[in-house]
Amino acid sequence: MDPPMDFQVVVLAGGTSDKLSPLVSKELPKALLPVANKPLLSYPLELLEASNLKNIIVVVEGDEAATQVESWLSVAYMDRLNVEVVKTPGDVGTVGAIRAVAPFLISTDILIVSGDLVSDTSPGAIAATHRRHGAAVTALFCPAPVSGGADSSTSGGKDKAKKPSRCNIVGLDPTRQFLLHVVSGAKVEKDIHIQKRIVRAVGQMEIRSDFMDAHVYAFKRTVLLDVLEKENLYSIKQDVLPYLVRTQLRSEISAKKENSADESSNGATKELPSEDININSAVPSNQNLRWLSQHREIAPSSYQEIHISDCDMNKSRPAKKTHKCCIYLSGKTQYCARLNSVQAFGDINRDMLGEASRITGYTFSAQNNVVHPTVVQGAKTTAGGQCIIAEGTILGDKCSVKRSVIGRHCRIGSNVKIVNSIVMNHITIEDNCTIQGSVISSNVQIQERASLKDCQVGAGYVITAGSEYKSEPLTKK
Amino acid sequence: MDLRRPNRPVIGPKVRQVGFVTPDSAAATSSSSIPAVSAAAATSAGSPPSSLSPVMIPPPRHPSTEMSNPHFHPVGSYNPSEQILGSPPALSPSRSSRFDADGSDFGGDDDESVALSGVGGGMTPKSSLLMRQPVTKTAPLVSETRKRDSNASKGKGEGPSAAPKEKLTKAERRATQEAQRAAKAAAKEAAAAGGAPSVSKQPKPATKPATQQKKDIPSGSGPLQPLAPSGSIEKKQGKKEVAAPHPRMQFDDMTKVGKLKKRAVVNQSEARNRVELFRHLPQYEHGTQLPDLESKFFQLDLIHPSVYQVGLQFLSDKISGGNARCIAMLLAFKEVIQDYTTPPEKTLTRDLGAKVGSCVSFLIECRPLSVSMGNAIRFLKNRISSLPHNLSDKEAKSRLQSDIDRFINEKIIIASKAIVEHGVSKIRDGDVLLTYGSPSVVESIFAYAHGIKKNFRVVVVDSRPKHEGQGLLRRLVERGIHCTYTHLNAVSYVMHEVTRVFLGASSVLSNGTVYSRVGTACVAMVAHAFRVPVLVCCEAYKFHERVQLDSICSNELGDPDAISKVSGRKDLNYLDGWAQNENIQLLNLKYDATPSDYVSVLVTEQGMLPPTSVPVIIREYGIERLWT
Repeated sequence: MDPPMDFQVVVLAGGTSDKLSPLVSKELPKALLPVANKPLLSYPLELLEASNLKNIIVVVEGDEAATQVESWLSVAYMDRLNVEVVKTPGDVGTVGAIRAVAPFLISTDILIVSGDLVSDTSPGAIAATHRRHGAAVTALFCPAPVSGGADSSTSGGKDKAKKPSRCNIVGLDPTRQFLLHVVSGAKVEKDIHIQKRIVRAVGQMEIRSDFMDAHVYAFKRTVLLDVLEKENLYSIKQDVLPYLVRTQLRSEISAKKENSADESSNGATKELPSEDININSAVPSNQNLRWLSQHREIAPSSYQEIHISDCDMNKSRPAKKTHKCCIYLSGKTQYCARLNSVQAFGDINRDMLGEASRITGYTFSAQNNVVHPTVVQGAKTTAGGQCIIAEGTILGDKCSVKRSVIGRHCRIGSNVKIVNSIVMNHITIEDNCTIQGSVISSNVQIQERASLKDCQVGAGYVITAGSEYKSEPLTKK
Repeated sequence: MDLRRPNRPVIGPKVRQVGFVTPDSAAATSSSSIPAVSAAAATSAGSPPSSLSPVMIPPPRHPSTEMSNPHFHPVGSYNPSEQILGSPPALSPSRSSRFDADGSDFGGDDDESVALSGVGGGMTPKSSLLMRQPVTKTAPLVSETRKRDSNASKGKGEGPSAAPKEKLTKAERRATQEAQRAAKAAAKEAAAAGGAPSVSKQPKPATKPATQQKKDIPSGSGPLQPLAPSGSIEKKQGKKEVAAPHPRMQFDDMTKVGKLKKRAVVNQSEARNRVELFRHLPQYEHGTQLPDLESKFFQLDLIHPSVYQVGLQFLSDKISGGNARCIAMLLAFKEVIQDYTTPPEKTLTRDLGAKVGSCVSFLIECRPLSVSMGNAIRFLKNRISSLPHNLSDKEAKSRLQSDIDRFINEKIIIASKAIVEHGVSKIRDGDVLLTYGSPSVVESIFAYAHGIKKNFRVVVVDSRPKHEGQGLLRRLVERGIHCTYTHLNAVSYVMHEVTRVFLGASSVLSNGTVYSRVGTACVAMVAHAFRVPVLVCCEAYKFHERVQLDSICSNELGDPDAISKVSGRKDLNYLDGWAQNENIQLLNLKYDATPSDYVSVLVTEQGMLPPTSVPVIIREYGIERLWT
């Protein structure tokens, strides 16, 4: 079956991320981490499905993770999506992941979506922008999250220090359609070096640091494959995108391939009968035709136009090759976040309960919560607003659950308070516990009178009775 | 309705020279025009004053000595521009001096009043900002003219419908029946919605179609009839095939618009405050189409990616200009044909024709077709339907593709080369050439002339809001051509030094009218007034057999926001939020019609022709004829 609109989709599901320890382990790869009681990978997949993209390649790092993801996919999306799982060895980076799937890529353009994207920005819009500009690469940028909002203040203490390193520096043209400069988080230095040539071409550049790379890219396949031949690349965000942006006015990669691509896309029937064209010396070649149809493109920013005319005007000197790097900015009303840290995990879960609840697909009750009908609640137990309690969970008497997610088949004793927390599946919490702002992984046992605040508890951990923890990651040794 | 019909035979082509008439030509024609004018006076004197042309001369323009002239009034009221600009010397001895005064005033309100008269000039109203409440003194005249013009244009629409009213064919009867049924349903719906049937403007555009449909039916059954046969044909073809809207569909007919909307791919909401006179043209809220279409990118399986891409580029104005759009469209169609396989139990000629039709209707939704594209589509459909049935798919496809290549090559590329050859022969050393906008052929003429070491200078005249001339200017300057850049309002100033005017055209109609970028008519008229030859460069594939007298009945409306914003000046935001204001309507016309009187010569690949020869070219070298 042909890919729709000549776009293929690759979802990079990752493996077991270090950043997310202790939540992620060999038993629970990042892709299956429950966000609002749904595996993380289901969010990008459902986003793609909503856009009628049914043929998806999922790349997973590591053998075990791949098997787990594959088995989950086969159950959850058996009849809905045609998903192909490709596994790569661990620690090859996003470029390595793309290298692994390169043989599968056949369509004109490739859409690369990060597996940890939680968003409702239409991938179609990115793809359409990509097509409209005929860009080499189009990246989705969204406004950087404003660290969790007010109610995350309990857990948001440490992200103040983290914040500056996460930000990107992005240079845009005045119409905000072209990406002129990009420095991603880790490589930000004190000074920003901007190419004079680009600024001269565009006239005006807007430099922003409040946009976040959402890891959704549309690549021209030829460009992508060309880039992959280079050696020292590791990550799309940190290496490939800056490389393409940097070289957009003196493109080396697309020089040879683009031409061949054009020719092949024109069906190779462009050989014009030579007896017709003796009127003028110039032969209306393929390029000429393209030029005619494009030279009057009114580029929103004039800089591409300059270069288009540049390379056509002076046929004598070697034509400059350019490629376009475009940007799609998601709107203010759209939700867009990446789950790439423990902090983000908490934030996204809260957003799923609050402002972005539309993405989850749950229908919230009148009390603004989702309580599965099989949940057994004891006497005087209250489930407050912005809660999700999944099936099979038993709550004892006088419990109070606020702004939290509780997974499947948990057994919670009486007089337990759970606020602002994420409790995964098969967890036992005994009486009189207090859990605040914490993340409890599956199969954890919390004994009587324990108190947890801002903790991340790894899978299978046992918290002894009466213990108190504050701001600690807890993992089984 | 027929206000100007009886006057027609009296207004000979010479007298109809509305606008700027050079002093000498006026003097030359004065003797011949006097009898005609007096005849006109005689007829108009007999008719009641209301039937006079609504355009009166603003009183302050005329010295009192002239007012005493007994001949003055009927003549002046009959054809004011003649009076203002080129009145015969017998009537006013001070003619030449007065002309100078008027001549220096070109860009002013004089220009406007002349343009608005629209009697034979076919000019568009130059004022793009129309206020509903008349403020100035001349405004009543203006509004009256509008009314009359709109009556006339409406009359045109209803003209054919009036005749067959007695004799209803079966299809027509069925159509009226259906219309009534629809009206009933709409009424029921409105009642069910609990909304009082409001006759006034509905604030929400979403509810508009339902109520307006109801409102329109009693009067709308007339205009519906002539269109009914085509409607029934559409029905016969079935729902699956998306029929393209009629090129000259009247967009003020709510029933038709509603139907169109149902099968539309692009979800467009119509602009709210539209200029009354141009309601028959489609105008949508700009800015809503693109995001909507983009977000549905993957849902539209039926549309080929390359067509989709071209559509997006049309919508966002990335590709503009008749040739560029036509080539882009044809290349996209080539890829459609390349990827086409005939479904089982269907024949290629029929199915591919339908497929191309649906692509075309998608492109129309993105932006109305230009005449050049319309001709190209006609050619392609003709080729598809005339394919022999015994061809294999592969042969048929390759034949069609080579046909498209041939069309692009011969009709556009080689044609423009031939035009360049012809055009360059008219450039002499020391010439000052003026062009308006950014016509591609004219650009190649200049480039070629510069290449063969002709010594000339170019004046690029530009206009808001698109500033296409800036691109042309940049390219010409890069080539080393000496250029002057100015805006349309300074054209009369700069015209003194110009020796030739080269203009492009979107289309040339069979009465010689040049249909082109808005402002072209103004440039041509000023050039005519200064006795500067006007050369219109246009490939013959853009000729069309249609006859158009003004630029109202068929035109394209651009983004009204574009004229209210000044690029680079964010502080000029006086018109922000204009859409909410009932009293303001913005009009951004894209094309205007230049009467053939102002065109000295048409430069086509067939040679240099007078504009009157267009019908000959259409007949002898017409697209159908050449290709079948």
